[in-house]
Amino acid sequence: MAAYSTAACGYRSEVVTTSVVRVSGIRKTYGATVALEDVSFEVERGEIFGLIGPNGAGKTTTLECVEGLRKPDRGTIAVLDLDPFRDRRTLQNRIGVQLQEAQLQKRIKVWEAVDLWASLYRAQVHGGQLLERLGLAEKRQAWFMTLSGGQKQRLFIALALISDPELVFLDELTTGLDPQARRAIWDLVRGIKDRGKTVVLTTHLMEEAERLCDRVAIVERGRVVDVGSPDALVRRHCPEQGVVLKTEDLRAEGCLRSLPHVTEVKRDGQRFTILGRGDLVTDVIHCVSEHRIQVTEFRTVLPNLEDVFLKLTGHSIRD
Amino acid sequence: MTGLLKLTWVEIKIFLREPLGVIGSVVVPLFVFFAVSGASAPAPASEQLRQPGIDPAFAPALSAMMLALGAVTSLVAIVSIYREGGILKRLRATPLQPLTILSSHVIVKLLFTFVTVILMVLAGKRFFPPTIKVAAWSFVAALMLTTFCILAIGFLIASVVPTARFAQPLATLILYPMLALSGLFFPIDLLPVQVQSVARVLPLAAAVSFLRGAWTGDPWTAHRGDLVVLAVTLGVCTALSAKVFRWE
Repeated sequence: MAAYSTAACGYRSEVVTTSVVRVSGIRKTYGATVALEDVSFEVERGEIFGLIGPNGAGKTTTLECVEGLRKPDRGTIAVLDLDPFRDRRTLQNRIGVQLQEAQLQKRIKVWEAVDLWASLYRAQVHGGQLLERLGLAEKRQAWFMTLSGGQKQRLFIALALISDPELVFLDELTTGLDPQARRAIWDLVRGIKDRGKTVVLTTHLMEEAERLCDRVAIVERGRVVDVGSPDALVRRHCPEQGVVLKTEDLRAEGCLRSLPHVTEVKRDGQRFTILGRGDLVTDVIHCVSEHRIQVTEFRTVLPNLEDVFLKLTGHSIRD
Repeated sequence: MTGLLKLTWVEIKIFLREPLGVIGSVVVPLFVFFAVSGASAPAPASEQLRQPGIDPAFAPALSAMMLALGAVTSLVAIVSIYREGGILKRLRATPLQPLTILSSHVIVKLLFTFVTVILMVLAGKRFFPPTIKVAAWSFVAALMLTTFCILAIGFLIASVVPTARFAQPLATLILYPMLALSGLFFPIDLLPVQVQSVARVLPLAAAVSFLRGAWTGDPWTAHRGDLVVLAVTLGVCTALSAKVFRWE
């Protein structure tokens, strides 16, 4: 599968915005291991941008280069028009960071951590209100080691937000959390965006990317394979759609086959699987309603980012 | 500066929340001091002079070295645990200077060393009315300086130790044989000639000689050689750690 260069396929939102992160051609090696081959992307102000890909693809390395924690061997990075390595201190005051698998001191209390972090930044939001908003108010006096996985992650979000940053980096935020805690975190991340901040996150969960991200960059073996909104990527790479319906009406097959976007109709007794692209679903709905065809089952089979990933890389993201 | 103070204060509180750490770094050296003093001093303390042959500075020098080495091993453990848990990395992803993050631990170690040695001196005054005049404040200052210098060894060990599990054993393995050769338990002159030359330049030998001298009232100028060794230890270990220190 050929790699798509960002320049060629880069998706641009219609609204003209300024990019807050510009990464161009970065490469990073550790000894003989190439962590990043060639990574380029831009993040626009106010969006949730996701770096998605399997574990070990280079998402975290990319993010840590952008955060100024690692220095790429080659390529340039501008974050809020600053060099993350040279202007580290200035930049740290304007960004909020949550690191993958980070820990705090076992016996630090929640409020102490928030208070300490608040003292490190020029601007800061009210720590108590922040904990309230993140649902940690009752845990103010708790030691870090006694918190659940979800509570720890919420505390790390609090630390990332305490300086009221313009730009927030979240690395594998929901890894290891149960589905309920995960949903709660997603709501929090949407809340960050709603307050006008830009969010850059990494995830290997396609569902998370689809639900949260305005745009994603698919990272695979140290390269950005493609960038775009989840919908646009699906339309671009996996335009095939399917509708499954069940009917006793004998007219159905002929009617469905005559639809313009249909490429294939498979029949299994009374159950039809209609494949096609474009406005397939609308067409099918029109067809059954126009001919008053009695339908007892109706569902769509739509491709998602998972399918895009499989198509672009030739393997599933779960491998 | 606010960052350093806040971080140090938090680290002090965290340290106090771990009972084992407090026992190891405060209670044990005090206990050693009393046990060894009790054994080596004619009790109850009286007008009677100490028996010849028993070094009056042995107990304080031993406890002081326990205190200083306790601080070093504890520093190694903390740094490697913080590194392994990603705590160092998380702190570095803030406007904090890397040096500030490490300095807070040095300050905490020095502070607890200070508290313990003060307790030692005060309790010593109370329980062992001195038959020999002791230069207590000179001794306290000497211990603080010594601890500060050899904490740099701790950073060097912490830089190279692979995982937190090995941190404390490795630190012990490096430091305690050095203590054995330091002239504290038997004079360096009694060692084989080849070992002597090594033992004399060991930082812990300098530390022991300096602390002993300070206890018995030597002026610091009499220990220029020891001070040079300690200063070189500080300089070399700090420079090396700055090169090889790993944050993650």
